[in-house]
This record gives sequence, C-alpha cells and structure tokens, in this order.
Amino acid sequence: MKGMSTIVKTIANIGFPIITIYGLYVIAHGHLTPGGGFQGGAIVASGLALLAVAHGTSWVESKVKEHDLSMLESLGALGFIGLAFLGLLMGGAFFSNFLVDTSMLFGAIPVDGAANINTGGTLPLMNFAVGLKVIAGLFAIVLVMAIATNKEED
Amino acid sequence: MNQRNILAAAFLTIVAVFLMFSALFMHPFGEPTSQAMDQYIIDNTVGETGANNGVTSVVFDYRGFDTLGEATVLFTAVASVVMLFRRLKK
Repeated sequence: MKGMSTIVKTIANIGFPIITIYGLYVIAHGHLTPGGGFQGGAIVASGLALLAVAHGTSWVESKVKEHDLSMLESLGALGFIGLAFLGLLMGGAFFSNFLVDTSMLFGAIPVDGAANINTGGTLPLMNFAVGLKVIAGLFAIVLVMAIATNKEED
Repeated sequence: MNQRNILAAAFLTIVAVFLMFSALFMHPFGEPTSQAMDQYIIDNTVGETGANNGVTSVVFDYRGFDTLGEATVLFTAVASVVMLFRRLKK
C-alpha cells in the first residue's frame, strides 16, 4: 500500500491526535465513566489503523516495528498478571484490591460516593495495563495483515 | 420410512418434551434469577473499590479471574495472527 492522496493524509493527521486523546481519556477514566481498558484501547488502535491506511504500511513500518508491538503487548499482559499476584501477596487474595483506602496512588476513598481520578485502587492500573495490551495487540494484527497482503500484490 | 428416520423422530420427540417441561417451569421473563449478588455489588462498589463505574469494578476486581481469561484469549489471537502472517511475508 503506497498511501493515499494529500487530502486523506491531512485529514488523518488532524484526526489522529483527537482519536488518540479520546481513547486515552476512556482508558484513564475507566473506573469513573463507561468504558475501560478494552474499549479505550480499541479506540486508540483504530486511530493508528487510520494512520496506517492513509500513509501506507511502508511509512508506518519505518516508524514502528511489529516486534516492538508484540513486546509492548506482552508487557501489558505481564503488568496485568503482576498486579493480580501483588494482590495475592499484599491483600491475601488473587486480584485483591490492595491499594484502596491507603495513602498511596489511586488509594483515596470516595467522599459521599463520588469517586475521582485518584480513587479506585488497582482498577486504574489494571485499566492502563489492559489498555496498553489492547492498543499494541490490535495494531500489531492490523499492521501484520496489511504488510503481508501488501507484499503479495507487488 | 427406514429405521434411522424413526429413531431420529423418537429422539426429537423426547428432546422436545424435555424442552417443553423446562419451559413450563421457567423463570418469569426479564426477572433476574438471584438479586442478592446484584444488590451487594450496587451497595458496596463505591466503598470497597472506590470506583463509580460498577462494571469496571466487577470486571477488574470482583470477577478479575474472568478478565484474565479474556486477556489470555486476546494474547493468543494476536500471537497466532502475527506468527501466521510473518511466515506469509517471507
């Protein structure tokens, strides 16, 4: 795929930051508003797929390697399982929410039932881990498929 | 009619009778089978997990093990697709 016209590239360049910020917002506010790691990750990955379609796969391949994407995905999975085992170590149960009601990051307790960005215990951290995993995983799928079908044509 | 068709018809009748019996004793449509768990999660989500989004607290805290399986499914899918298409590229 050689990439599309200048109009498409410009529109994709304008749209990409907006889509990415929206997806990261959905991930970061996963414990407050509808959405979470899976949904926000899918939004960010769709923005990256938009870039890949507009600019062509060879352009994207020169910026990021699928090897790094696989590594990021494994990192997200390891973070997720690591948080679960930390719950086993510190909270006494697998997936125990050991951070809630402590003075640490994300450990604040909601006042009058209104949570904010600093509450939720391990939930925001798990959202970040799953979000990283979904972004890297879905974009790796799109990129690898685009590259493989591209090589067949020419 | 051969023997096989008669056997199939008998089997079908038995299954249909069982299904109709279970349909007679079915729960009223739209009502949850058990409300104790729902009410517990609605009452205690904010206090126990500090999250306003009850779905996230269920997915990542109360039912975290289920999400672990979900993440494993995604990981397997990505790994297999990358493996398959990397071979196709060469």
